[in-house]
Amino acid sequence: MELTLWTYEGPPHVGAMRIASSMKDIHYVLHAPQGDTYADLLFTMIERRGQRPPVTYTTFQARDLGGDTAELVKKNIKEAVDRFKPKTLLVGESCTAELIQDQPGALAKGMGFDMPIVNLELPAYSKKENWGASETFYQLTRTLLKDKVSSSDKISPLRWKELGRRPKVNILGPSLLGFRCRDDVIEIQRILSEQGIDTNVVAPLGASPDDIERLIDAEINICLYQEIAEASCEWLKRNFGMEYTNTIPIGIKNTINFVNEVHKKLDLPLTNKKELENKSKLPWYSKSVDSNYLTGKRVFIFGDGTHAIAAAKIAKEELGFAVVGLGTYSREMARQVRATAKDLNVEALITNNYLEVEDAIKKAAPELVLGTQMERHSAKRLGIPCAVISTPMHVQDVPARYSPQMGWEGANVIFDDWVHPLMMGLEEHLIDMFKHDFEFVDGHQSHLGHTATNTKDFLKSDNKKDNDHKESIIWTESGRAELTKVPFFVRGKVKTNTEKYAILRGIPEISDETLYDAKAYFS
Amino acid sequence: MSKVEFNKETGPREVFCGLTSIVWLHRRMPDAFFLVVGSRTCAHLIQSAAGVMIFAEPRFGTAILEEKDLAGLADAHEELDRVVNDLIARRPEIKTLFLVGSCPSEVIKLDLATVAEKLNKRFFGQVRFVNYSGSGIETTFTQGEDGALKALIPLMGSSNEEKLLLVGTLANNVEDRFKKIFRNLGISNIESFPPRQSTELPKIGKNTKVLLTQPYLSDTVRDLKHRGCEIISAPFPLGIEGSTKWFLAAARAFNITELKVHEIISPLINRSKLALESHKEILKGKRLFLLPESQLEISLARFLHNECEMDLIEVGTPYLNKDLMKEEINLLPDNTKIVEGQHVEKQLDRVRESNPDLVVCGMGLANPLEAEGISTKWSIEMVFSPIHGIDQAADLAGLFSKPLRRNQILTSKTLVTH
Repeated sequence: MELTLWTYEGPPHVGAMRIASSMKDIHYVLHAPQGDTYADLLFTMIERRGQRPPVTYTTFQARDLGGDTAELVKKNIKEAVDRFKPKTLLVGESCTAELIQDQPGALAKGMGFDMPIVNLELPAYSKKENWGASETFYQLTRTLLKDKVSSSDKISPLRWKELGRRPKVNILGPSLLGFRCRDDVIEIQRILSEQGIDTNVVAPLGASPDDIERLIDAEINICLYQEIAEASCEWLKRNFGMEYTNTIPIGIKNTINFVNEVHKKLDLPLTNKKELENKSKLPWYSKSVDSNYLTGKRVFIFGDGTHAIAAAKIAKEELGFAVVGLGTYSREMARQVRATAKDLNVEALITNNYLEVEDAIKKAAPELVLGTQMERHSAKRLGIPCAVISTPMHVQDVPARYSPQMGWEGANVIFDDWVHPLMMGLEEHLIDMFKHDFEFVDGHQSHLGHTATNTKDFLKSDNKKDNDHKESIIWTESGRAELTKVPFFVRGKVKTNTEKYAILRGIPEISDETLYDAKAYFS
Repeated sequence: MSKVEFNKETGPREVFCGLTSIVWLHRRMPDAFFLVVGSRTCAHLIQSAAGVMIFAEPRFGTAILEEKDLAGLADAHEELDRVVNDLIARRPEIKTLFLVGSCPSEVIKLDLATVAEKLNKRFFGQVRFVNYSGSGIETTFTQGEDGALKALIPLMGSSNEEKLLLVGTLANNVEDRFKKIFRNLGISNIESFPPRQSTELPKIGKNTKVLLTQPYLSDTVRDLKHRGCEIISAPFPLGIEGSTKWFLAAARAFNITELKVHEIISPLINRSKLALESHKEILKGKRLFLLPESQLEISLARFLHNECEMDLIEVGTPYLNKDLMKEEINLLPDNTKIVEGQHVEKQLDRVRESNPDLVVCGMGLANPLEAEGISTKWSIEMVFSPIHGIDQAADLAGLFSKPLRRNQILTSKTLVTH
């Protein structure tokens, strides 16, 4: 048993939902009790999706447990298939259904459907969200392609030459609720296309089961997020001989390494090597004298494996920071994170406990934190600037503008996102230095948190300023008490309106009732 | 009783489970901690619904069951013991610890009552332990509060003093207003349950007159009755009409004349009616479809029809306690279609067929409906906003008029969603 106040990753079936929701023509029947539908809001609220996730929840109740929950599963599967007519059906269980052992996947397979059925067994009491996503994508790929294994020769990365066409690659790993995946895909496709390389399939994001069956039309796979796609890439390599890339194109150096790796694998000559270094503004912005103050800035990094490792490299080699802490919640990537940490002479922090991360930040005393939304909150409490580099997703991590992390534009975005909080930090420092100057007496709002207005002072100071025409108005105790109950961010407006109302009506004393009278009057 | 049409529906549901009510219960009782004994799903649910990140250390958490806990129950009990010890060592300010059962803990039959009893002995005088279930296999959303309150009743002392007991979590400012109005009516002994401190439980007995503030407290009501309390039958204090009848019912129980009540609340009613006008202008004649979630749906339907002149297409409710809802149902217009339970797909078919102006629904459904050009109001906001009482009637109406007003401003009804 593990005491958890907050968790970086959801349960594995949420990972499966990420795959199902990323794709087309797929439906997921999830054997689950009432309440598990909360996961829909991750997609409809955080990602602002205009469609519901393609998931049917069997919604069993306590009274069903004595009876036949297996029948309930079958009824829901039949209804879902009739209604949604998926090309491939995923069937699985959430944590509670796992305990009652109805084996919904086996039940589905016995129902005589024509479509492929993927039976998902995702152990909810030992695994987590990213593992569930990876396993689901792997099982789906395997189910849809296993019949083609024996009939197919190994795929040579050089096949494009024999076929006399441009090389084709698959981009594997991007999914909903993945960090900036939507834009990374566009950026990577653009980079590949500039090099004369075509994208065969992007999956799971936007792919259909038909697209999965077409994966083997490409020469190699781009493994864009190891957390989600490595298992599938490995299976495609074992069974079809498809090579896959290991370099994650985040940061200038690794984007160049990535382009090199792809060319080498495809045996495609790289003709514009020199140009590549100037595709992003990051190298020059980092070199310009204005950035001198970035040198040796102490930075603490925590996130998923892919983004944490990438951030460490950029911080050290491309921005000249000093990495004073590196960690991840992705246990599956602990080995790689440890190796990176060792190179940086820091000890890797592998944990799912945000309080441990907060303690480590405190101890490391960094000047900048690169973390998840949770580290943003921790950093705010500690008064340290922070930029978000990784999932878990927050509505802020799905910006309206094009905002990739990968490739040339990704490097531009990273420069801005990481350096601006530091500039704000500098501003903070100046405000603190000059706070006794008269321009600052009214208290600047800090970007690191509100200096919430204290009502007593609020009433006092404000009265002082406007005492010419409001002198005659008195706030009674009940009026003041009521005003303190108003949230601070609208308190000012409520106060002004109430006084305006009192003047209008010639009311000399403002009581709690006056407050409500005014509220009704102005609404 | 007005002639309403009752229907039942079963099938896949799109509602929260009872664990979600921890989100407001922990704010009501800042000296309590809610420890869910459950899975990673439970932890993820609560943090997704609650915006946990803003708390340095929230006053709720999950003891996540792991594989080894499932293998042997004895070990699970021991493990829970260890987790509780750690928690209390870290958070010495906790006065009451709620052990909250979940779907998996119920299915493996983890005996939280026995665990609580043992812990009560060990931490006697320091922390009190109570247990209840917020599992989705037994409870819906707001029903979690019913379970939590019911669990506290055995800890309430006895007293035959005459008092008015307001039962159900209210926003603090609303509670203060209610108490002030009751005092003006001449009722001086008023207490609230749950109280603002978990240790300050009201004493109850045969002269306790219970006035419900929330419609989802069936089990709590039953146990309060067993303790001799008198339950005042009334509609719920949502909107001017509901609140007025609610005050009147309380007054009757305390032999206070109707005239006196009207004398006190008439000015409130008048200004509230004034404030309601602008919202009514927008809501009048608009067609409303309520999907089941918060259990407030019937009261909301009554308010939005009777006071805001909306037309009711369908009123969904997760479950229906006809006894508790009697007064509310009486106030509904004839032929109101009430649907208890849910088949979310069939219900959404009916939503689309009926072409409503506004749908009240959960967060999972709101954006997809908006993307289809249907305006929505998400129901979870109802349990977080101060909406009770005469003074709040306009605010309550505002929750529904705002999406419609917004829709008028942003004229394009269907947009490409990304």
